[in-house]
Amino acid sequence: MFFVAFIVWCLLSWVPDWQHLIIGGFVSAFVAFMVGDLFITRPHVLMHPSRYWYFFVYYLPMFLWECFKANLDVAYRVLHPQLPIYPGIVKVRTKLTTDTALTFLANSITLTPGTMSVDIDRDNGILYIHWIDVKSKDVESATKIIVDRFEKVLKKIFD
Amino acid sequence: MINIIGLIFIGIGLTFDVLGCLGLVRLPDVYCRLQAATKCVTLGTCSILFGTFLIMGFTAAGIKSLLCMIFLVLTAPVAAHAIARGAHRAGVKLWEGSVVDKYAEDKEGEV
Amino acid sequence: MKIFRWFIGMIFLVGIVILIIIRPFPFLFYPDLPYINFLGRVLYIIILACILCLYRVWRGPTGADRIVAIDILGIMIVGLCAVLTISTGRSWYIDIGIAWALQSFICALALSKYLEGKGFDD
Repeated sequence: MFFVAFIVWCLLSWVPDWQHLIIGGFVSAFVAFMVGDLFITRPHVLMHPSRYWYFFVYYLPMFLWECFKANLDVAYRVLHPQLPIYPGIVKVRTKLTTDTALTFLANSITLTPGTMSVDIDRDNGILYIHWIDVKSKDVESATKIIVDRFEKVLKKIFD
Repeated sequence: MINIIGLIFIGIGLTFDVLGCLGLVRLPDVYCRLQAATKCVTLGTCSILFGTFLIMGFTAAGIKSLLCMIFLVLTAPVAAHAIARGAHRAGVKLWEGSVVDKYAEDKEGEV
Repeated sequence: MKIFRWFIGMIFLVGIVILIIIRPFPFLFYPDLPYINFLGRVLYIIILACILCLYRVWRGPTGADRIVAIDILGIMIVGLCAVLTISTGRSWYIDIGIAWALQSFICALALSKYLEGKGFDD
């Protein structure tokens, strides 16, 4: 947490000199002392380098590619004269449990083609998803279409 | 050369911005509007900021635009999720052509 | 009838965009800045998109539509600030962009909380 705050401070005051670095050290230590235990509840997760490897090599290119496909999809649907949409809210089931993993899963669902997360039921592991082009109303098949791509990678990263 | 690539990125982002706003006008429903607008405008603005980074290079403005890009990718889906949840709790109906609404069924089952 | 409305709207929008592209507008900034011929037109097209957003703010049937449009408007103004940074070469425009992004995110969260409970109870 201290290092994250310090890096953000250094990026904000670029062309670093001594005064900026000293004041930034004090401020980021203060921020880390105040809110550090809010965000990091399981510090042993941060220690594995293989998680960072999975994050940058598998998750990030897949996320950017899905995001680009989502944009082309929305552009096609908006420019089509008869608006080919069949919207609806479906229910999918996930196996992830931690807060960070669920947040990343909801973010990546929102930015991928045609889907947007509406609500999370954390106790049962159920996500409610607004889908602009409903292909199946069933829980299991919808899970297979929407969630499975991200779940395999995120499970390796965050568990 | 790298300036030309940056200008191409800005052009792509601009196209997606205009398409997202067109979707905001054309689509019939709060949730569909939220989807189209959030996806298109987020990626469009991130593309504009990345073009800014490519043109300005490693100066103060370029680094800050990169930081702003990361911030937008992290926060825009959260805001969209919060607005969708609030709208559904407030009782905004879906469009008449909607296929299924599992969320309302489950909420009625609880109450 | 629907096809007809789509056709009219498309001709209107594409016409405005082509008008912006081909016409030599009097730009607001000095003409010897870098890439001003491209970036000035970019500024005008972003303002066109903002006007489309403001249409949804004006004619929104429910309150949620207006909140969505305000959120999207906030994200787009960040892009406007970035383009202003390049075209004028002053780096404090991107500071305005970062502050605007933070403010827009907090504003969207507060408005959705208001929409959810009709009040700040929890």
